Amino acid sequence: MSSLNKSLLIPLGIFIVLVVILAGGFGLKDPHFLPSQLIDQQFPDFALSELNDPSRELTADDMRGQVALVNVWATWCPNCLVEHPELLRISRDEGVPLYGINYNDDPFKARQWLVRHNNPFQFNIVDNKGKLGIELGVYGAPETFIVDANGVIRYRHVGPVSRRTWEETLGPIIELLETNPDGIKG
Amino acid sequence: MLTKVHRIVMLFALALCQAPAWAAIDAYPFPDDEMRQQYNSLIAELRCPQCLNTNIAGSDAMIAKDLRREVHRMVLEGQSDDDIRAFMLARYGDFILYKPQLRAGTLVLWFGPGILFIIALVVIFGMLRRRNSNVTALSDQDQERLKQLLSK
Repeated sequence: MSSLNKSLLIPLGIFIVLVVILAGGFGLKDPHFLPSQLIDQQFPDFALSELNDPSRELTADDMRGQVALVNVWATWCPNCLVEHPELLRISRDEGVPLYGINYNDDPFKARQWLVRHNNPFQFNIVDNKGKLGIELGVYGAPETFIVDANGVIRYRHVGPVSRRTWEETLGPIIELLETNPDGIKG
Repeated sequence: MLTKVHRIVMLFALALCQAPAWAAIDAYPFPDDEMRQQYNSLIAELRCPQCLNTNIAGSDAMIAKDLRREVHRMVLEGQSDDDIRAFMLARYGDFILYKPQLRAGTLVLWFGPGILFIIALVVIFGMLRRRNSNVTALSDQDQERLKQLLSK
């Protein structure tokens, strides 16, 4: 009997190990979070028009010179409205340039949206075919990238930016990049 | 002449034989069947990054639509399956491939189930052997008692 009981403990042990592994896979991680392939890579090349000034052509060079936030947004995206007040606050208080990518959207609606909710962006790249989105590995909106002064992507945030996101991740990373441009990796 | 009942029955029959509406009806033009086949097999094996468990062929998500358009463009440009997979991998990572590449980071994916199966076999054989050895292990004393009991 006693050896039978002991052997019953083996599957129980395996079961517990599996539960721990699977709990790690299911419970702790957001399945929507995909690690970005583009961290520490140059921001992809593009040539697209500006939302409010369609005659102006924007390229990746327009984002160089300063550490900046690049925000992927659209009028069809409810979470973009959720994060909007925080983006307005960042552009007002934090002195970080904020560039928008208007993603898979109707430029006319997008212009109206910015008038109604105010415009935190220095300029908006019109990506109404989603081509730049694909180059960036974007699969929804909102997404926010930190691009350093040399135009290298340093961080990617998926989902709405909240005050907490700014205080715990975006703010500190930007500060680090501004004081010590080569100091962080990944 | 069709009676009213006939018509109603036919209407129902028509409703029933509608083909299931697949999400991906883009009707992209292809110059030849080979390219169409390449396109169809690629969109079947690429995973939609937005929807967790659908290929981009079967998803109506915006990103799936955009990716189908990109695959179509690259197929027409004459790019190979591997070129197109590499393009997707560079932007979306292993997630995009239903059949991930064999690399250090994906070893567990490829061999994990096999290793678990082998562990299971070892455990089962171990348990069976122990159980068998328990059955045969009767001491001389026990044998003697057994004989006595049986002869009663």
